[in-house]
Order: sequence, then structure tokens, then C-alpha cells
Amino acid sequence: MGEQAPARPGRYSPGLPRLVPGTYAAVVLKLPPFVYLAPASLEEALSLHADHEDESRVLAGGQSLIPLLALRLARPEYLVDLSRIGELEGISEEDGAVCIGAMTSELALEHSHLIAERLPLLPQALSFIGHPAIRSRGTLGGSLAHGDPAAELPAVALVLGAQLVAESRDRGRRTIAARDFFLGPFTTALQGDEILTEIRIPWQAPGTGSCFHEVARRLGDFAMVGVAAVARVEQGMIRSCRVALTGVADRAVLRTDGELGLTGESAGSFDAAARRLAEELNPPADLHGSAPYRRHLVRTLVPRVLERACQAAAAGAIS
Amino acid sequence: MIPITLTVNGQLREGSVEGRVTLADFLRERLGLTGTHLGCEHGVCGACTVLLDGEPARSCLVLAVQAQDKEVTTVEGLSGSEPLSALQRAMRDNFSFQCGFCTPGFLIQAWALLKENPRPTEEEVRHALSGNLCRCTGYQSIVAGVLAASTRAPLESQQEGSL
Ligand SMILES: Cc1cc2nc3c(=O)[nH]c(=O)nc-3n(C[C@H](O)[C@H](O)[C@H](O)COP(=O)(O)OP(=O)(O)OC[C@H]3O[C@@H](n4cnc5c(N)ncnc54)[C@H](O)[C@@H]3O)c2cc1C
Ligand code: FES
Ligand code: FES
Repeated sequence: MGEQAPARPGRYSPGLPRLVPGTYAAVVLKLPPFVYLAPASLEEALSLHADHEDESRVLAGGQSLIPLLALRLARPEYLVDLSRIGELEGISEEDGAVCIGAMTSELALEHSHLIAERLPLLPQALSFIGHPAIRSRGTLGGSLAHGDPAAELPAVALVLGAQLVAESRDRGRRTIAARDFFLGPFTTALQGDEILTEIRIPWQAPGTGSCFHEVARRLGDFAMVGVAAVARVEQGMIRSCRVALTGVADRAVLRTDGELGLTGESAGSFDAAARRLAEELNPPADLHGSAPYRRHLVRTLVPRVLERACQAAAAGAIS
Repeated sequence: MIPITLTVNGQLREGSVEGRVTLADFLRERLGLTGTHLGCEHGVCGACTVLLDGEPARSCLVLAVQAQDKEVTTVEGLSGSEPLSALQRAMRDNFSFQCGFCTPGFLIQAWALLKENPRPTEEEVRHALSGNLCRCTGYQSIVAGVLAASTRAPLESQQEGSL
């Protein structure tokens, strides 16, 4: 007989007194202890977050952070909950861009008419994130700040050229291009005292088409490989295109038409570019898929997604 | 300890909790509403799904303090004053469970689906329930139960809250 496996943290152990409803035994404290702070304004949140810079984490939808707490992979001393700050939620338009408050939920984005009209790629990608019960809580800002290398939204932010607005109490506001935001697995350009407040995404221009698709083991799982593309097509030729991939590296990666060797190519011959891209990438291997399998998915998905983006561009141009 | 006030199944409830107590544990241990089940406790299985201001959410991934001023519906609140709601009866009649561990989460998720889409196709039911795991049934009977609930009686004639 092997040794008994150590009890997983947070699990009820046999032998503990049965919990009687109404009696609140200590065993149900599963998350590590933290001081919960619920500021009502951004200003207050920035101040609290800066006061405790190294020991503080902000809590958005909690759909990534609470699992990390439950597994004790994160043990912040202070948790600054952003959910009571109304000014961080909402979708509006300004100067040809859609401005999205960092705390806007993934479900709200999915249901927004403005997003459907101006950024049709976004709802397509959102439908692949977890399940509705996850998206009702998970936020755009949370997903970007979390920086999961297999998440959908970083790829969308890259391919659409999003600008991310970060604020801190001491240094004020700065804007970071999505291209400069994702630095590695779960690592972004955000400083310890900064809060991501707004995401500005330029409208998808008329005449461009877009598509998102991914392959995962089960519906709602993180992508083994996900591909986002936008393309502009003129007379059957690629005028410009951008492709972003998730699940293939330590962060989402972006390639433009020049880098893919697609400028001026006919809209329909993507296999060679996809093969070159697959060779150049060094995708991770895990339980879900081996590196060669992920390369295979790159070779399969990139042409498929580009074709659909070109078709959408052509359809848009006619109407 | 942080004082909280929330509405659970239509009743105003108050309590005082540490920040780290999840909504699921608050419902189960403090309010005795043990119909909400905890399986994985990190968002994957769906057994703990409740309605939070009308939207399905994982109660293991919400802090109790975050439910301040919100409206929570648990499986106990689905039947209103009836012993079982129409959805629950349809699922019982279709043997939509074996051990029953996953059932509360499926009921909440199915309830939310039927509210938004009273006549779903089989594919829509499967899609909507794809975030809930069942280790017993193989899902066929769960899908059958939800489809039966959607076709049995015109939903408009059913009371609000007793779907
Ligand atoms: C079962 C399950 C399946 C999922 N499947 C997917 C999936 O397929 N694809 C996917 O992309 N995601 C998936 N997710 C994760 C989900 O999308 C999360 O909601 C998202 O990644 C994080 O958003 P959040 O608002 O919940 O952030 P939180 O969990 O609250 O925070 C995540 C991290 O970001 C930081 N943070 C949050 N907001 C800010 C801010 N405004 N400024 C600075 N830092 C901030 C937090 O401090 C924390 O470190 C899944 C989650 C679950 C539980
Ligand atoms: S217990 Fe909450 S999703 Fe599994
Ligand atoms: S009936 Fe046993 S887990 Fe679903």
C-alpha cells in the first residue's frame, strides 16, 4: 500500500463533526485569510491598492482569482473588490473606438448591440469562454489582466489593436497597446499598484471581415489552439490582415499580413503561410494536446479562420 | 466580520461573515440551504450554480460579501409554494438523475435556459447544460427531462417562479 495522499486543502476530512445547519464551524473556511476591501469609487480603490502594493490583489469577477485562492496558489493579504465601482462598467463609443469599462462582464459584452455592430469578432470569441454561468461574472478587464496564455480575449485584443488604460494613484493614467501588454504566462505590463480601468478597441472598419475559432477538448474548455483573424480584401486579393493565436505559446501571439507573407496574395491560398507559421511556433505540450498536435491545429485552423474572415469581408463589401 | 444583507429565495437574510467565506458555504452552513451542492469548488462542475440577480453563477466562485444587496435563488426556491416545480416534475419523471449530486446545478441552469428560451431544441439544451458535469446519468435522461418540461405545458400558463 502506498502512503496516504495528503488531504487536499479545503476539503472536508472524515471524522470532523457533522455540520449542523445554523452552526458555523471553522472547517468551512476554505480560502486563505485576507482583508476584504470594497471601495465605492475608483479613486478610493487606487489609493487602497497603492497603500498595500505588494500584498494587494484586485478582485474583478473572481472566476480566475477565487479558484487560485481556493487552491492556495494565491495568498494576497488584501483583496480590493472592484465590483461596487459603477464607473468601471459600461460600453460607449468615442472617436471611432468602443470604450469598455474593465469591469464589464463577458455576458454583458455578448448581449451588447453596440459590440455586435462595431466589434462582431468579440461576441464570436466570447461564446468560447467557459459557460454562461462563468461569463455572467467574468470581466473583460479580469481576463486581460490575468493573461492566461490559452485565453481567448488577449488574442482578440491583439488582433483588433486594443488600447488598455491603466491607472495608479501615484503616476496617474497611461495607455498601453495590447501588443505591449502581454509579457508572459499570467504576466502583463501592469505594475503592482495599477488597475486596468478601460479597454478601447477601434471599430472593425467596413470592408474588413473577421472570424474566431478554436479547438478544445470540450465545449467551454480553454483552447488547445484558438485563432482570431481580421482581413481586408480587394478584388479577391488580401489588402491587409492580422492573425492572433492563443494556446500556442507563453502568451497570445500576433502576426500581420507582411509577417505571414500574405500581402497581395489571393484570398484563398493560406496553407503555405499556415505551414510556415506552425513551424515557427513552439507550442506547449500538456494533457490536452501534444506540441505536434497543436502545430497540426495551427495548420488547420489558420486557413479556415482566414477564409471565413475573407468571406465576411467580401459579404460586407457587397452589402 | 462583515455584516451582509441579501435576498435568498425571496426572503431577506442577514448575516455576518469573514471576507473569505464563499456564497456557497454561506448558503449551506449559515442558512442551512444544503440543496446547493459543492463538488469541485473551483468553478468546473456546476453543482453549486445558483441564480444571482437572475443570472446563473457559480456560488463557489462568489464571496458571500459580494452578494450584498443581491437576489439569490437556490434550488430550494425553484418550486415556489408547490412541492415541486414543473421542471422538477419533468426531470423526476424522466429519471434525470441517479445519485442526485449534480441535480441542483442542472435544475438552476435548465431553469435559466427555459426562462430565456422556453422551447429549446435538443442541441440548445445540450449547449446550455454543457458547463454542468454529471458522473452518473450519461446526460441523456437530463436532456430528456428538460425537453419534456419545455413541451409539457405552455410556459406562459405556468406561474412565474414555478417554471
Ligand atoms: C470553469 C471555468 C472555465 C473557464 N474557461 C475559460 C476559457 O475557456 N477561456 C478564458 O479565457 N477564460 C476562462 N475562464 C476564466 C474566465 O474567463 C475569467 O473570468 C477571466 O479569466 C478572469 O476574469 P475575472 O473578471 O473573473 O477576474 P478575476 O478572477 O477577478 O481576476 C483575475 C486576475 O486579474 C487581476 N485583475 C482583475 N481585474 C483587474 C483590473 N481591472 N486591473 C488589474 N488587475 C485586475 C486580478 O487581481 C487577478 O489576478 C474560465 C473560468 C472558469 C471558472
Ligand atoms: S462546486 Fe462550484 S463549480 Fe464545482
Ligand atoms: S446524478 Fe450522480 S452526478 Fe449526476
